[in-house]
Amino acid sequence: MSGATGVWGALGTLIRRDLLLALRRRAQVLNPLVFFVIVVTLFPLGLGPAPNLLQKLAPGVLWVAALLSAMLSLEAMFHSDFEDGSLEQLLLVPQPVFIIVLAKALTHWLLSGLPLLLLAPILALWLHLPNEAILVLLITLALGTPVLSLIGAIGVALTVGLRRGGVLLSLLVLPLYIPVLIMGAGAVDSAAAGLSVGEHLSILGALLAFAVTLAPWAAGAALRISVE
Amino acid sequence: MWLWIHKFGSPKYFYSVSGKLLPWVAGATVLLIVMGLYLGLVTSPADYQQRETVRIMYIHVPSAWNSMFIYLLMAVAAAIGLIWNIKLADIVAAVSAPIGASFTFITLVTGSLWGKPMWGTWWEWDARLTSELILLFLYLGYIALQSAFEDRRLAARASAVLAIVGAVNVPIIYYSVQWWNTLHQPQSLGVGMSTIHLSMLWPLLIMALGFKLLYVVILLMRTRAEVLERERNNAWVQELAQALAGRDFFRSGNEYR
Repeated sequence: MSGATGVWGALGTLIRRDLLLALRRRAQVLNPLVFFVIVVTLFPLGLGPAPNLLQKLAPGVLWVAALLSAMLSLEAMFHSDFEDGSLEQLLLVPQPVFIIVLAKALTHWLLSGLPLLLLAPILALWLHLPNEAILVLLITLALGTPVLSLIGAIGVALTVGLRRGGVLLSLLVLPLYIPVLIMGAGAVDSAAAGLSVGEHLSILGALLAFAVTLAPWAAGAALRISVE
Repeated sequence: MWLWIHKFGSPKYFYSVSGKLLPWVAGATVLLIVMGLYLGLVTSPADYQQRETVRIMYIHVPSAWNSMFIYLLMAVAAAIGLIWNIKLADIVAAVSAPIGASFTFITLVTGSLWGKPMWGTWWEWDARLTSELILLFLYLGYIALQSAFEDRRLAARASAVLAIVGAVNVPIIYYSVQWWNTLHQPQSLGVGMSTIHLSMLWPLLIMALGFKLLYVVILLMRTRAEVLERERNNAWVQELAQALAGRDFFRSGNEYR
């Protein structure tokens, strides 16, 4: 990457590189998705197969599972780059750190959030969620999972230099995920009850806008501290 | 102003000033808390509806105020430490976290105890109690991150970023929890604070001030201890230890040097 590459060029190059790396390590990408399916499957097994009950719990279950599976894949965001030293090189690139973090978060979303969008309708059917609610579920996931990747980037950036960052990461990140969970599950819940979901979706959109503009700064600052 | 901040920010100056200040603040704290407890537990009337259980309020509400105030102060101190590299601010942020977590825990326990006679359950997913619980998680995350780093400077800087992110998120979490609560429980279970009678307001305010000062006292004590530990290789701490070396319990410690 030369200094002549623009900001968008750097963004594209970085995303392409990370996607290529992910393609070589498919298991790392697939495992969180399998985890998502298994966690959702556990609920009917634990609670019994009564359709009413499952339908009532479906929004919360799907969203909590989405939170957990997003979190499981977070560590991969900076870890291998940190191990082999390329993260330090990335921080020396003339483009702002903001862009690097944004590219990393976007890649994480492409590999963890986007596949959830494809899996979620099937799992929603298993939990007897009505069709209108499934559509809303997809919209909330589309708006909410990028926020998870962005906030998660801060957590990973803070813990990447630590030897046992895994559990700590969940401790740092999960409380910050709560608003997304409330809005996401709330919207699906309202949709299933036939109520309007405009407010929920607006707030989710606001959270996304907020996270896109601020989280990369915080994560960038955290990265600089971590590689020190 | 700048000079003053740097002067006060120097650990040595802080140590001597805080040492002089501490007995006064501690005295005022004891006075206020004893007075507040007497007014609250003895002279103030029992509530018309809640009867004697209302007295839990005199501990619960000041702790709740403190728990949020300390988080904010911690985030501001951490930001000051991060931006201007003032060591003392780092220490204040680091030692504030366990104190704030304790106040949050007291809030949760007293809230739960209050909930039993009021709502008939030990735990109600009331908006305020739930936000306090999440605040406790935020404190615990901060403390965990702080203790995960070997290097103190790195720990201070990394946890400063977390504290700032947390402080930005606290209002968002608070309002989303409140909203979530009104959606799921249309009937309000909250205790109205606006209609409080003066005979209850005074003890509450005195207790609140007493708890604030209690925080200051613990903060000063812990900061002083932390300053001594971090500066133990500096000349002024060594001199201090020398001066105290006549006392027996310091003698054994001196053999290590």
